[in-house]
Amino acid sequence: MTRDTRETFASTTAALLEEDLSVALVYAEISGQYFREAERRHPDRVVNVGIREQLLVNVGAGLALTGMRPVVHTFASFLVERAFEQVKLGFSHQDVGGVLVGSGASYDNTGGGRTHQAPGDVALIDTLPDWTVHVPGHADEVESALRLAVAGSGRDYVRVTGQQNRGPFPVTPGRFHLVRRGAGATVVAVGPMLDPVLEAVADLDVSVLYASTVRPFDGRTLRAVLGTPDVVLVEPYLAGTSARCVDDALVDVPHRLLALGVGRRELRRYGAPADHAATHGLDAAGIRQAVAGFLAA
Amino acid sequence: MTTTNALVGTDQGPEYTYADVYDLMSLMTGDEKHSAAATSTLDVLWVLYDSVLDVSPDNIADPGRDRFLLSKGHGPMAYYAVLAAKGFFPVAWLADWASYDSPLGHHPDRTLVPGVEISSGSLGHGLPLALGTVLGLRAQGLDGRVVVMVGDAELDEGSNHEAVELAAALELEALTVVVVDNSSATYGVPGRIEERFAANGWHAVAVDGRDHALLHRALTRRRRTPGEPARPSVVVAHVEEKWS
Repeated sequence: MTRDTRETFASTTAALLEEDLSVALVYAEISGQYFREAERRHPDRVVNVGIREQLLVNVGAGLALTGMRPVVHTFASFLVERAFEQVKLGFSHQDVGGVLVGSGASYDNTGGGRTHQAPGDVALIDTLPDWTVHVPGHADEVESALRLAVAGSGRDYVRVTGQQNRGPFPVTPGRFHLVRRGAGATVVAVGPMLDPVLEAVADLDVSVLYASTVRPFDGRTLRAVLGTPDVVLVEPYLAGTSARCVDDALVDVPHRLLALGVGRRELRRYGAPADHAATHGLDAAGIRQAVAGFLAA
Repeated sequence: MTTTNALVGTDQGPEYTYADVYDLMSLMTGDEKHSAAATSTLDVLWVLYDSVLDVSPDNIADPGRDRFLLSKGHGPMAYYAVLAAKGFFPVAWLADWASYDSPLGHHPDRTLVPGVEISSGSLGHGLPLALGTVLGLRAQGLDGRVVVMVGDAELDEGSNHEAVELAAALELEALTVVVVDNSSATYGVPGRIEERFAANGWHAVAVDGRDHALLHRALTRRRRTPGEPARPSVVVAHVEEKWS
């Protein structure tokens, strides 16, 4: 049975709190249902700040100032967007490390509407230098990414989403996985976009790279597998977020780029995540149509 | 009084007196006399570093040291002058402050200036950072206290209010906020700051921000009175009105 990604985040964090006395968890009510036992066992290292997201992020940064390794969590919309200056100044400008874990992603909470959706989270984090950005596409990758991030000392953003691929890959920051090799274009599938991408390009002679850690962006592997100089990015957040990384990697190679992802237009529709994926052209059919058009052009 | 040139030539160290700090500030401002606004924080800073906090160049890397967090990062001349006077960095750094090659900016950067605990400038960040710092010390069983300085107008920022409520709820008695109140908040009401902290469960006192003896008594770590709950404390240091 496939594990739930958010519960996996919570159980992994609880385990890390047991294993490593320097780990602290700061959260803001959200996901509190998963943390009761950890909070009871470690009241000094598990802090619920209430509905206070500016405080959430800076409390995490303050813990880091004393040498602790904070895991800071709420919905991505409140963690990265509402409290962005705290991310920028509390962590980057103070030059302290920490692990931010945002849930909800682009449209996990379709019924909740725009207030609970954060397709721009990775683009926002990407305005800051030296953040490692994990976009796990499977619950096992959530656990691996979180363990790697917490074991390190840098600044990590872990984007937890309910959308999952059928199987996990090892989490290897700085290195994308070659899932299929073809002679033509290269498709970079990020996180939960892998399964729809594989279905969409099943009969096309293209290479498929899988990225669950998207910053740093593995431009070296992209160059190495490049057949024809045609690149397709398929990202589960704002379209074009990694376009600059492709351009950097291929700065001396004339190339074409199709950047698929979540559109900028506000949908104002509810329904299920699959409905939103289809509307943004991120289901297999939508990806297939876009890629075919791009390759035929 | 020592001359400016003599100050630069003097070895850094604890021989600087309170009076010298004005001359150190002159190295930055070029002014012989300073406005009340420029020195609004000076007396609190001097008392903290001279006789209250257990922090010095000798123990600045000690995890259990006391910490001073300047949240109100603008107008840092008095802060730099006190840090230089106490030997955290050479007095010679002061003269060309805010030049391209100087580590001293118009807002302090903790990665550039020895002794500076947080980089500040944008208002409303120091108190939330202080909260996390106190929680980090507590979780590690360290006894250091954390004093964070804010301005009265800085309390306009809502992020402070998130912190004021939680610090009391978590009984963070190692935390002290010192508010330098020069009545610069546009909608300030006399006495309201003390009332607001007290209403949120803090131990609150107001003192003359120029009186070293009173500041020393107010800023020295409190011992709880019998039956008193653990709670954070605020010292409102009143100084001359900024716009008077």
